[in-house]
Amino acid sequence: MQTVKMVVTGPYSAGKTQFIRTISEIDVVSTERKISSEAERLKDATTVAMDFGRITIDDDLILYLFGTPGQRRFDFMWEILTEGMLGFIVLIDSVRPETFREARNILEVFRGYAQTPYVVSANKQDMPDAWSPEDLRIALKIDKNIKVLPCVATDKESVKQTILELLYSILEGIEE
Amino acid sequence: MALQGNLRDFSTTQLLNLVSLAKKTGAMTLETDDNSALLYFREGKLIHASTNNRAGRLADMLLEAGKLAEKQVKAIERQPKQLSDKALGIDLIRSGVVTQQDIIKSVKDFMLDVVYSLFSWTEGLFNFNPGVKPSNDRITVPLNLDNVILEGSRRIQENERLVDELPHLDRVSLKVTDKPLRDVKLTPDDWRVISHIHPRNTIAQIAQANSMDEFQIRKIVYGMLQAGLVEIIKPEGVQTQKKFMSRAEKKLAKKQTPTMKRSMVERLINRIKRV
Repeated sequence: MQTVKMVVTGPYSAGKTQFIRTISEIDVVSTERKISSEAERLKDATTVAMDFGRITIDDDLILYLFGTPGQRRFDFMWEILTEGMLGFIVLIDSVRPETFREARNILEVFRGYAQTPYVVSANKQDMPDAWSPEDLRIALKIDKNIKVLPCVATDKESVKQTILELLYSILEGIEE
Repeated sequence: MALQGNLRDFSTTQLLNLVSLAKKTGAMTLETDDNSALLYFREGKLIHASTNNRAGRLADMLLEAGKLAEKQVKAIERQPKQLSDKALGIDLIRSGVVTQQDIIKSVKDFMLDVVYSLFSWTEGLFNFNPGVKPSNDRITVPLNLDNVILEGSRRIQENERLVDELPHLDRVSLKVTDKPLRDVKLTPDDWRVISHIHPRNTIAQIAQANSMDEFQIRKIVYGMLQAGLVEIIKPEGVQTQKKFMSRAEKKLAKKQTPTMKRSMVERLINRIKRV
């Protein structure tokens, strides 16, 4: 049995856990803890080690999705999670410009860990205050060769499309 | 799509850069506790600017530029029927009080003055409304934002924001982009930095060669980055890949040829399509 993995990363509260939950065939193995800090109380719980989802491809192949913890104090987990990954997805909270700089930093850190293909996913595109993927590309200075995709992490089709686009990028990388 | 937020998180320089690169048309409002500004853009160029206490009317702009005396402005204001800016401009040109060039220059200088004042706003809400145009009676002059962004960056006084944008001067190099340099007004310091740009030179080394401190070099590089004149690259000769492969990576690399990997990715694609 062969296993491959993709990593879903991004700033705190970008929707990483939800993204994996939407597509995983198993209940996501989550390491969420209640949030104690008032400043970070955007949600009730946050991922402290990783989230873990699975999609069985066939009898011989399984895809694992790993979600990184968004808070910086748990970033010692990041490099461990990137080992052997096929590619990664950087999830951005399109309605919170205060997280864009952090998203950019995370992207740079992950590019440093591994030279694997990646896509940027502009989450929460269903919300009225969402920045468009085109504006996010400029705001985050994302190279024109990298895909910046609209996404709604609660919508299965949207999550599927993001993963497919990453796979197409991986395929293009092999062909080059 | 919305384009709104707080200047605390996304600065005036970054906003203007976004509008310019995305060639946006519309109105941008900026609001602090005490001040507000309204900027109009057409295809990425600034065409009109005003603030809550500087309405951006032609008579006031000409007064500020010294082309009209206060007495003349008062006389214009006393007229029973208020002329639009365009009609007033034509009247003033016909009567020989000002030339067309005087009007264009006064409007440009006024816009620049307004927009430069916004670079000191470090907090405040911004909101961009696409497609909104200034009223027809206003005189609009298109202003390229590249020079505005460069000059605005030169006025940044907070080191903290620059450190956030350019944290590791010793780990990155610069590359000059394809954007023509002849269209922008570079200072001698800008040129000194550009002359030292080389894939082997880190930004810290460029600063050292020019005897610049970190704040100076950050300000210059940040401005040129925002204006799209340079881009950040990894210095030549720096190990970009991990030195060691993990056990899992070694196992995967040993086992998989490109053909096998392609076949595996195609299986993944086919399966995900069916989820």
